[in-house]
Amino acid sequence: MVVKFFVTTVLIGLLSFIGGLFLPWWTIAVAAFAVSALIPQQPLTAFFAGFLALFLLWGGMALVIDLANGSILSTRVAGILPLHDSSWALVLVTALVGSLVGGGGALTAAFLQKRKPKAKMK
Amino acid sequence: MRILPFLLSLLLTVGLVYCLNRPWGQTPVMGRFLSPQHGFWQNAEPADQDFDGHIQLPGLKDKGDVYFDENLVPHVFAASRTDACYIQGYLHARFRLWQMEFQTFAASGRISELLGAGPDNGFVKYDRGMRRLGMVTAARRALEAVEEDPEAKADCDAYTAGANAYISGLRASELPLEYKLLNYAPEPWTNLKTMLFVKYMAFDLAGGDDDFQMTNAKAFFTKEQFALLYPEVQDSADPVIPKGTPFLPAHFRPRLPATVDSLYLNSTTTVTDREHAPDPDNGSNNWAVSGRKTLSGKPILCNDPHLSLTLPSIWYQMQIHTPDYNVYGVSFPGAPYVIIGFNDSCAWGITNSERDVRDYYSIKFKDETRKEYWFNGRWKEAPQRVDTIRIKGAAPLYDTVALTVFGPVLFDPTYTGFSDEASNYSYAVCWKPARKSNELRTFRVLQQVHNYSDYKEAIRTFESPGQNFAFADKAGEVALWQQGAFPAKWKEQGRFVMPGEDSSYMWQSDSIPMEENPYMLVTDENRGFVSSANQLPVDTSYPYYLGIDFPPYRGLYINRRLSSINSITAADMMTLQTDNHDVFAEMARPLLLRNIQDLRLNDNARAALRVFHDWNLNDDPNEEGPVIFNYWWSHLQKDIYDDEFSKTTLPLKRPFESTLLEALLRDTSYQFIDDVNTPQKETLPQVVTTAYLQAMNDLTEAGKEDKLTWAKNKDTWIRHNLRFASLSRPHLPIGGGVHCINAAKPLHGPSWRMIVHLTSPTEAYGIYPGGQSGNPGSAYYDTFVDKWAAGKYNPLWIMGTEDIKSQHVKWVMHFSGS
Repeated sequence: MVVKFFVTTVLIGLLSFIGGLFLPWWTIAVAAFAVSALIPQQPLTAFFAGFLALFLLWGGMALVIDLANGSILSTRVAGILPLHDSSWALVLVTALVGSLVGGGGALTAAFLQKRKPKAKMK
Repeated sequence: MRILPFLLSLLLTVGLVYCLNRPWGQTPVMGRFLSPQHGFWQNAEPADQDFDGHIQLPGLKDKGDVYFDENLVPHVFAASRTDACYIQGYLHARFRLWQMEFQTFAASGRISELLGAGPDNGFVKYDRGMRRLGMVTAARRALEAVEEDPEAKADCDAYTAGANAYISGLRASELPLEYKLLNYAPEPWTNLKTMLFVKYMAFDLAGGDDDFQMTNAKAFFTKEQFALLYPEVQDSADPVIPKGTPFLPAHFRPRLPATVDSLYLNSTTTVTDREHAPDPDNGSNNWAVSGRKTLSGKPILCNDPHLSLTLPSIWYQMQIHTPDYNVYGVSFPGAPYVIIGFNDSCAWGITNSERDVRDYYSIKFKDETRKEYWFNGRWKEAPQRVDTIRIKGAAPLYDTVALTVFGPVLFDPTYTGFSDEASNYSYAVCWKPARKSNELRTFRVLQQVHNYSDYKEAIRTFESPGQNFAFADKAGEVALWQQGAFPAKWKEQGRFVMPGEDSSYMWQSDSIPMEENPYMLVTDENRGFVSSANQLPVDTSYPYYLGIDFPPYRGLYINRRLSSINSITAADMMTLQTDNHDVFAEMARPLLLRNIQDLRLNDNARAALRVFHDWNLNDDPNEEGPVIFNYWWSHLQKDIYDDEFSKTTLPLKRPFESTLLEALLRDTSYQFIDDVNTPQKETLPQVVTTAYLQAMNDLTEAGKEDKLTWAKNKDTWIRHNLRFASLSRPHLPIGGGVHCINAAKPLHGPSWRMIVHLTSPTEAYGIYPGGQSGNPGSAYYDTFVDKWAAGKYNPLWIMGTEDIKSQHVKWVMHFSGS
């Protein structure tokens, strides 16, 4: 199960990243949906896989960009939004927005599965 | 499948995406904006960004190379002038695209299209004003002139192609930050946009006047009062061309209209409309000293144009090298060529002439359709133009503008400008920059001038906005021409709204010939320098009427200083260009101190008075003296004038600060000192002391806000064009002010300081309050701001073909045609 979760997360992240290179930003929802539809999981687990994937992808990319940039831009944009000029808050908001959309996509797909009978622990 | 949870989850997710995929009011499209692959994060340049590149520009005739130095200043090496324009267009777009396009939106009245109607419909009012003034028509006419000039046409075409080569290769994720904030994308660049920018500068520098407020003042005050409030010349006037310089007799004597007294000068009609005006202090300093006055024996030329201090900056610094010329200076993103700068033999700098080239005519329409107006004894047809003002988030507005022989009708019952009052009157505007002219030619030729006669030839065709072109060359020539196409006016023509019912009030000669324009050439017999600071260009012996809005003090002080110093070095010029000495305060302080009534002061007020008394008269950042002086003088002005001025609701022009000061110096019983609302007669010592006590209250308040020192009190910003504080550089520790050479006001001031010492090789220094990159995510966005505020300069490195391996070269872009 852990492997499944891990694979789902990685695949959602990867597909979102590749989609983002060519397609609109909301491709992340589709990517999470598609991966989650192919790899059946419990809805809550699926949600967390999508959430985590985009949290890491968007948050990670934002963080890497921000570190290379020395937070010049994030400080300024955080002043506009307004997030009290805080780069960290802006990275976090970025990560959260991505992860909610990713989580939502994955969750929706998880409901496509038939309800499993309660798995018996062996 | 679990239908209900599925649908619920789908709805939530799609709903979330929908909400994040559209703007809310003025917000960006948040999902896209935050996406690290699409949004603003893509604008965050790594600190060690590599600007190297091989760029193919279809249409470029030969190979070209651009070497960027440590400040990201490009040194362009092109095979021809046209290729240089091509590369310049590319570089402007590459580093300043958003600003360059936004300025043309502002020029052509399209702000509402991007920003919505604005507070109190302000953006729509602004847009209508620009359209009605005829900005787009003016740009179209300028474009016609360019198309008739094959060289200009080739250069503008190349510039446009260069800009478009960059724009067309842009992916959505690469758009400048501001496009992402406002949710739009750039249009292709056009030659018309270049002309719109040129006309925007004309608007900025020759688009302001006080004709309406002066018309009201003339109607409201007696002749005697009017003369005291609005003198044409100040006692201290020290004109650009020294007093006593002989002028050619006028080739043309404009005839006074027969009705000039009854229908014009003695008329009591008033105007409630309000125009949008550019900053009244748009001006500049320039001067050039001959080798006789310098240590090296070679001339030094200095220039600092005063404009709105914006990020991205109005200027983009560059060197352009071709086989025919080698020029260095600042360019305008949006137009080809270097505007202020120097080449291997000459240097030039410009300041605004402040001549009045915009006049209003009162139009009598037959009826509300405004299709016919009374002119020369009959009803004349007024063609109508319909402008479409697109407004973000609202239906477009169709604005019908009637066109007359004078020009477009700027104000009518449907458009009162920024006034809230309804008006039944219509006023047509006659604006010199709306005429067909080719100003860019001057800069094209200036780039490659070798000597004084080349320079004269270059500026010969320059029409609007009239400028003081200072010049110096390595042969030792130093000169200044006030050049432009100035209408030959009779005295006070266009100072007030003129009758528009016949042709007798029209401009009779559109352009005074260049030979009759004011100029000065340094010779062994005269003072050894030229200078201008927007003051009165000439003394009263000049045969034409000039208008009256000429600030006297910066010029006065520059001339005093330049007269008194010799063996001048570039370092001396830096000291002078950043000088915070306040001549206005120097003249006002003895008057104030003479008239203060000590008995009315408490201990705190006496202590502050000692600070003011001991102040060194420099508007330095940490001085308290200028704070006290500023509060004091503004209360004095109010106390002296408010009682008379508040007797009417009409907008009236307030007298210049210099007018009040020089009136009080001349006459301590100046009639406006008396408060007309009290039975007794107030005296100068009374009002001076009362104003001082009022200033003490302000000072106490300022103390609570930590604004007791001048820089903090004045609070200079370099403000982003969209006015976002976090994209601006607020609260700069800089002194100076409107009466100082260092004319740094809160949002306005020296936009480029340049010093060129015409030695071989040329020694030059320059700085502007901005950075070479317009991207707020770049380390080069505000590179020069702190240094500029501190009054420091960058040496301008003039790169030669042999310097390719120089340590100054940090990045290289190779350009080739395809």
